[in-house]
This record gives sequence, structure tokens and C-alpha cells, in this order.
Amino acid sequence: MNNTLDKKLINYGEALYEACFQEMANDENVFIYGLGVDDPKGHYGTSKDLHKEYGNKRNFDIPLSEDALTGVGIGAALAGLRPIYVHQRMDFLLLCMNQLVNMAAKIRYISSGEHSVPIVIRAAIGRSWGQGAQHSQSFQSYFMHVPGIKVIAPTTPHDAKGALISSIRDNNPVVFIEHRMLYKNAGYVPSTSYEIPFGKGRILREGNDITIVGVSHTVEDSLRAADLLKSVGVNAEVIDPISLSPIDYDLIRSSASKTKKLLVVDNGWMTCGFSSEIITDVAINCEGIRCQRIGFEDTPCPTTPILEKAFYPNPQSIAIMANKMCGGNKKWSPPAVEQHEILSFKGPF
Amino acid sequence: MKKKFNVEKAYYLFLLTRKSEEKIIELYNTDKIKSPVHLSIGQEAIAVGVNMAISEDEVIFSNYRGHAHYIAREANLDKMWAELYGKSRGTARGKGGSMHLNDWGKKFMPTSAIVSTAIPQAVGYAYALKYKNQKGVVICYHGDGATDEGVFWESLNFASLHSLPIIFICENNKYAIYTHQDKRAMNDPIVERARAFGVNATKIKGSSTEDFYNATIDCLNNIEKESKPHLIECNCLRWRDHVGVGDARDLNYRNEKEVDEAITNDDLLSLEKKLPISTVNAIKLKVDSQINNAVRFAEDSKFPEVNELYDNVYG
Repeated sequence: MNNTLDKKLINYGEALYEACFQEMANDENVFIYGLGVDDPKGHYGTSKDLHKEYGNKRNFDIPLSEDALTGVGIGAALAGLRPIYVHQRMDFLLLCMNQLVNMAAKIRYISSGEHSVPIVIRAAIGRSWGQGAQHSQSFQSYFMHVPGIKVIAPTTPHDAKGALISSIRDNNPVVFIEHRMLYKNAGYVPSTSYEIPFGKGRILREGNDITIVGVSHTVEDSLRAADLLKSVGVNAEVIDPISLSPIDYDLIRSSASKTKKLLVVDNGWMTCGFSSEIITDVAINCEGIRCQRIGFEDTPCPTTPILEKAFYPNPQSIAIMANKMCGGNKKWSPPAVEQHEILSFKGPF
Repeated sequence: MKKKFNVEKAYYLFLLTRKSEEKIIELYNTDKIKSPVHLSIGQEAIAVGVNMAISEDEVIFSNYRGHAHYIAREANLDKMWAELYGKSRGTARGKGGSMHLNDWGKKFMPTSAIVSTAIPQAVGYAYALKYKNQKGVVICYHGDGATDEGVFWESLNFASLHSLPIIFICENNKYAIYTHQDKRAMNDPIVERARAFGVNATKIKGSSTEDFYNATIDCLNNIEKESKPHLIECNCLRWRDHVGVGDARDLNYRNEKEVDEAITNDDLLSLEKKLPISTVNAIKLKVDSQINNAVRFAEDSKFPEVNELYDNVYG
């Protein structure tokens, strides 16, 4: 049987579950822990009932002690295990910073390669339906800043499964960013196990007029913006970097050199952020590229829908900015695009 | 299964530790050791007692005041000196220094300069021992300052919840830099609070090497019967400055008399008195030679190549 044909239509959350299930079968040192991972919801189904399959010590609930439990994972990794620490909201990673930055990122260096820390920190970013100031933050740039930590933020179900498998098998600490608004997205995913490599991005849509680079959920909105741009004759090339540290600069540089225009759509505040880094690299390494960026407004995320909508970039605002960069009509007002994952999302959590 | 306390061995480990640090003091003004050192002088009895009680199976998590833990474990002295000198034959090829010693051959894990930070890792290692059904107990050294940190209590809670084989060795020298414990916590807090978390915690009455040895043996015996976290609080006095090679009496932040008294009651002298003079002299010669060789090893080692800067950021 040809394995490449062995694909199923599953969603992003199911793809993450498959990655966990298969890696736990593949390596008895892999274990999952985090608040509620073994509860009836199993972190949106991604770890549901894995303790029934693999035993309680391999999928277990924890006290609310993010600082210590990060250290516990690091210590277990030092002893040869491969922990996966799951956080329902990325905002809680601020309680883990000492362990991640001072220890996980440093132990290999300060032991001259004697020890490594193969831990995966899974962090979900929330959005919409009033997640507000402390349930919506996206800290990819905090971790991209630190040598010794890898960061990956897959967008498609296919890449989610492969990237999680790569993260588990990697010998470095990995911050794995999963966006809540992507969990229900469906796609064809191989049933077998496979890896998505670090440092390799993907062109999701080819075009010659402008390069748009998104990150995590803004890749989706960038693709929608590209659809809008087509109606005014602009062919946008949309890049999903997937891996944020290391990042596939070659891919971005070569696309930007082709289109001569680069728009980075950040999934976070722009100051000292993902977009700053991409644009800096292109400014240094490529000639004559017009650069722009769009991202979260420079405020905390508000709760009420009308302000929340104003806080985030959306397909229209991305398309308008791209069209201006391409010399299009400054007064162009594209039609509203349904962001079904945002509209359909209801709480309470 | 109590092994008899071996005075000769204790004296040797104690002297090796003391003399190594005295050599650091002697050489510090040459500026060949270009990094902070946090000396253990005055606190060595704990490390010596603990190391004599434990076996090769035990895994050590220490801290930035870790020379005594490292030397009394008989970890590689040559490599430690080369590391202090920033040389390529050091424990981290010069990239770690005094605050990040490590020797995997002796299961001595990389230490941290951030107070309390390695403590949950020690607990995680103990979780892994239990997970893999492996022999061994984790030894986790920390100071009284570490018990001010929330992560310490979070770690005790998890260790207790999972009945982990770990001994927390609390070296209580009463000071976090120059701030006395009385200014930092109410009611002599450590043992009582640890017990509330379900940890088998004991405040050791004496402060001799043998006292700490016996306490560690008791913990190991208990854990052999039933896996459970233990804590022993060991009183000690730091004769030197918090960091660097200065005298604890220099800045008038503490009572000089208590320092004088601790120096008079030095357990190294008590151990020495219990041994025949010929044994003492032979050990002194051996220790001097070991330390001189280690310093020579450091002097003779090369600095790392500049192109090593990027090595081991990622694996």
C-alpha cells in the first residue's frame, strides 16, 4: 500500500492527538502533563484518555505550580525522559520564564554538551469571545529572543502533526504554539508518523506581486486577504514560516527578492516582535524591498467585541495594506470576509 | 544497614575541600579566576557528611555555592580548576565557571546561579527515577535563602504528592547575602512548613560531619523502606563573604563573636584530633599534591578556541 495515499481528513486538534498517541507508542520515555490533560476534555481532545492507553504516569494532571512543574519537566528530561508540558493558555508561560530561559535554554551550553533538555512546552493562544487581556497573548517573540530554545507555530493540521512529532524527537527545549482558532480546521493528514523539519517554511500560495508572511492564525487571514487581492488583480505570495526559531530566512528573502514587496502579518504586538525580526533580516540581506507590517494594536486585548475587532488585523485590513503597497487604489474597500472559526466560537472557555 | 563513620575518609574529603578553597583565596588576586566564586568555607561538614553516606547511584543537584558539594563528591578536581581558569579542559570548556560546575561521571548535575532554580529539576529527576523504576535517590542541596522562593514549596508539594525518592539538604547559614533569616521569614520556618507538605523533615541538632552523615543515612534507610521526600536542615556558618574571598567579619553586618566561635569549633580540627599524626600528615601531603596538580593542570590547559562560542547552544 502506498503510504502517501493513506491520508485522512481530520482537524488540527485531532492531528495533535495523533502525534501524541503515536509518539507515546513509539517511545516509552514520552509523557504528557499539565492542568487537565487527563480530564474528560483532555485539552480539547489532544490528550484525551491517553492515560488509559499508556498509564497514569504518562498522562497526568498537576498542581497549579507552573514554575516548579517546568523545572520538573527539565529534570525529567535530564534523566532521559521526553516530557510534554501542556498549557491551556500561553499567558501562563510567564510563570515559567525563569526555568525556560535560565535553565532549559542554558544547560546544554553550561555543560559543554554533556546534557540536553528535550522538553516540549505546548502553549495554546486564545482569541475571541471575550478572552480579553490575559487569555489571548501570543509570546512567540519572547522565546525567539533566547538562544537555546526552538519555537514552532504550525498552521495546518498536516504541519501540526508533523511539527509536534519533530518537537518531541528534538533534543532541545521547544515552545510549540497552537492557536485555538485553528483547532477545528480540517485537512488531509497522513495516518503514519512523519516529521516537519525545523527551519523550513512553506509557500502556501504562489504569486509575483507581493510577499505576505503570517504567523500561526494570521497565515489563515493572509490567505483570505490574498483571495480579496485577486479581485483587484494583485497576486500575493503567502508564506507560512511554520518554524519561528530557527526560521527559514532563505525562503522569505527569495520570495521578497522576487516580488520586491514584503508585508509581515504579526500575531502579536509588533514592537520588538516577529515582524521586526523578519523585516530587519530582509532589509539587511536584500536590495530594494518595500517593507510593511500589520499586527496587534499597541494595547492590551480588550474584551468587548467591538474593540476586540479593532485590536486584531483582519483579511480586509491586510488586503488594503497590501494593495496600497502594490500601487492600488487607496480608497479600495474590499467586502467583509467571514472568519468562520471566530464567528462560530462560543465559550465559556 | 549503617556503615560505620570513617574518620580518616571524612578528614581527607574535608581537608581537600577546605584546602582547595584556600587555594582559590590565595590565587584570587592574581585575577586568573575571572569570575565570581561563592566559597563554602565553614559549611563543608554538610557536604562531607552527605557524600560519605551516599553511593554512586545518587544524583546530585547543587547550587552556585557548590564547590564543597562537588569536591566532597570526589568529582574531577583538575577539571574544576581548569573551569575556574576558563580553560578548555574545564567542566564546561570554560563556558560555565564556578557557578555552573558539573561532572556527569559523578552524577553531579550542572548547577544554577539563580537561587532555588535547580530544586524542581531535582524533583523531576526523582520523578524520572520512579518512572523508570531505577535505583538511586536524588540529593538536592539548597540554602535557607532558597526557601524564600515560591518554587521551593511548589517543589516540595509535587515531591510529596508523588512520593519521590529525594533528600533536600538545607544548608542554613542564616544569611541571604547579608540579610538575616529573621528579616525574611517568621518563626524559624523551614522544618515545620516542610512537614505540612508531607515531607519527612528534621532539624539536625549538632553540626559535625558525623551528625550530617548519620542524618543522611537515616533518610536513605527510610527511603529504602518507603519512597518519600525527606528534608534535613543543617546549621552552618559561612566564614567568608557571600561572594568573593573576603572575610565574613569585614562589613559588620553580623556578630563577629559567632564567627570566631564557629572557627574555634571547626570540625576539621575535631576530625584531625581523632587521627594518628602519621595519618594526618600523609593525608595533608596527598591533599597538597592533588591540589597542586589540579592548579598545574589548569595553568597548562589552553583557552578554548574562539570558534567554540557557538558550540552547544543547540543539540
